Amino acid sequence: MSIRGKAYVVGIYEHPARKIENKSLARLHAEVAKGALEDAGLTTRDVDAYFCSSDAPGLGGINMIDYLGLTVRHSDSTNTGGSSYLYHVAHAAETIAAGKCNVALVTCAGFGRRGTLARDHGADVPEGAFETPYGPVTLNLYAMAAMRHMYQYGTTSEQLAWVKVAASHHAQHNPNALLKKVLTVEDVVNSPLIADPLHRMDCCVVTDSGGAVIVAKPEVAKSLKRPLVKLIGAGESPKGQMGGKVDLTYTGAVRSGPIAFDEAGVKPSDIKYASIYDSFTITVVMTLEDLGFCRKGEGGKFVMDGNLISGVGKLPFNTDGGGMCNNHPGNRGGITKIIEAVRQLRGESHPKVQVRNCDIALAHGTGGSLGTRHGSATLIMERE
Amino acid sequence: MATPYQERTIPAPHLNEGDAPYFEAAAQGKLLVKFCNDCKQYHHYPRALCPFCFSDRTEWKEAKGTGTVYSYSISRASGPVPYAIAYVTLDEGVSMMTNIVDCDLDTIRCGQKVTVTFKPAEGGVVIPMFKPA
Ligand SMILES: [Zn+2]
Repeated sequence: MSIRGKAYVVGIYEHPARKIENKSLARLHAEVAKGALEDAGLTTRDVDAYFCSSDAPGLGGINMIDYLGLTVRHSDSTNTGGSSYLYHVAHAAETIAAGKCNVALVTCAGFGRRGTLARDHGADVPEGAFETPYGPVTLNLYAMAAMRHMYQYGTTSEQLAWVKVAASHHAQHNPNALLKKVLTVEDVVNSPLIADPLHRMDCCVVTDSGGAVIVAKPEVAKSLKRPLVKLIGAGESPKGQMGGKVDLTYTGAVRSGPIAFDEAGVKPSDIKYASIYDSFTITVVMTLEDLGFCRKGEGGKFVMDGNLISGVGKLPFNTDGGGMCNNHPGNRGGITKIIEAVRQLRGESHPKVQVRNCDIALAHGTGGSLGTRHGSATLIMERE
Repeated sequence: MATPYQERTIPAPHLNEGDAPYFEAAAQGKLLVKFCNDCKQYHHYPRALCPFCFSDRTEWKEAKGTGTVYSYSISRASGPVPYAIAYVTLDEGVSMMTNIVDCDLDTIRCGQKVTVTFKPAEGGVVIPMFKPA
């Protein structure tokens, strides 16, 4: 069974705030749910499935289902870090295709924390004693992937910097973006080196925010007054250390990408706009290679000279400013990747960054760490 | 530029059931690696069941203690002192997360030959690390 054409993204909402005080986490989830339902023209009574990750308070989805006043017949609390919401959209489409729900709500919300801090995955994780003594944090784990990519393929800091520069060109048009200043390659490579070879500006922003997405069956989508955005392909794949055969030069996108492209029946050259998870500049470079937008090892060259800038380059990416400059709610950038791809397909991105004739778009998430274990997820959507 | 190695406070790791022999050997100055007696492959981090063939006939072997830096990063904003996290590919063929110590951290390079050394963590636990060979 394929999800191709079986489900539509009918509602999207990105919380406008980037620093939030005096609001509970549950309220943030409710605010983004309300925003996405209003965008779709639906109410909580229409929702019969709820998807959330570990950023939602409580036991799986059940506390939030209660708080939101939902009555659902399906719920899923898959947690793959920042890519969770791309998994959720795919799983929602599968559930709809199986006839187990009609309207699925996906929420993400959280308060940001610094990537220089250690993450606690619990005492029982089997690798714990063999990793925590060495001081792994989000930043230095991604930095090791960057260092190896540079060693093996000759990728440079200046090439990585182009990812941030391109995102900043888009963010200047987004009034809600945390960083709206247009940056240069020099700005990025002259920012402090915080985990060699990554500089402060190779990192995404840290924000308090959230977002939500509504996925619905075709009959529901066609009854609403919004442009039709159809899911045509989805792929997911975790990648780890492979029992010690560690290879930091590629991501799970080498598997999630082909699965999604095959299902959608399209090629990388058919993609008019791509939301690429941008926790760090290296994440984008490696993902573009692994999804087949360029050859392996040539991601650095591919992103140079504004090739990711809308209206300038071949592959417009993250036209909201991405995690690099706009928003990375609660350290999870997946939901905003879906949202901006849907805006592009609807023609609702900012006019300065809107891709002309944007009929097919891709959104990709990378949750966890490129340096140890991560979950990759790819969605391909089409304007109908 | 130089970033001299400085000793760092390492919190005692939480050991899961089955992890103790590795750290007992480290306290004796030995680096252990898990080996599978069915598929004859080493793996790391250590498991009770081989991640390649799922055999439970795994056993600890003493590693030579020599290897090559696969990748590394100097953390300059994650603690009171800079430190070098790395993956070292052991001569037995598996790569392990570690720290590179006892050198100018700015001189570390991918492909560099390194040799095992041992540093104390809190609670009397001893942690294998690597220094330039
Ligand atoms: Zn085996």
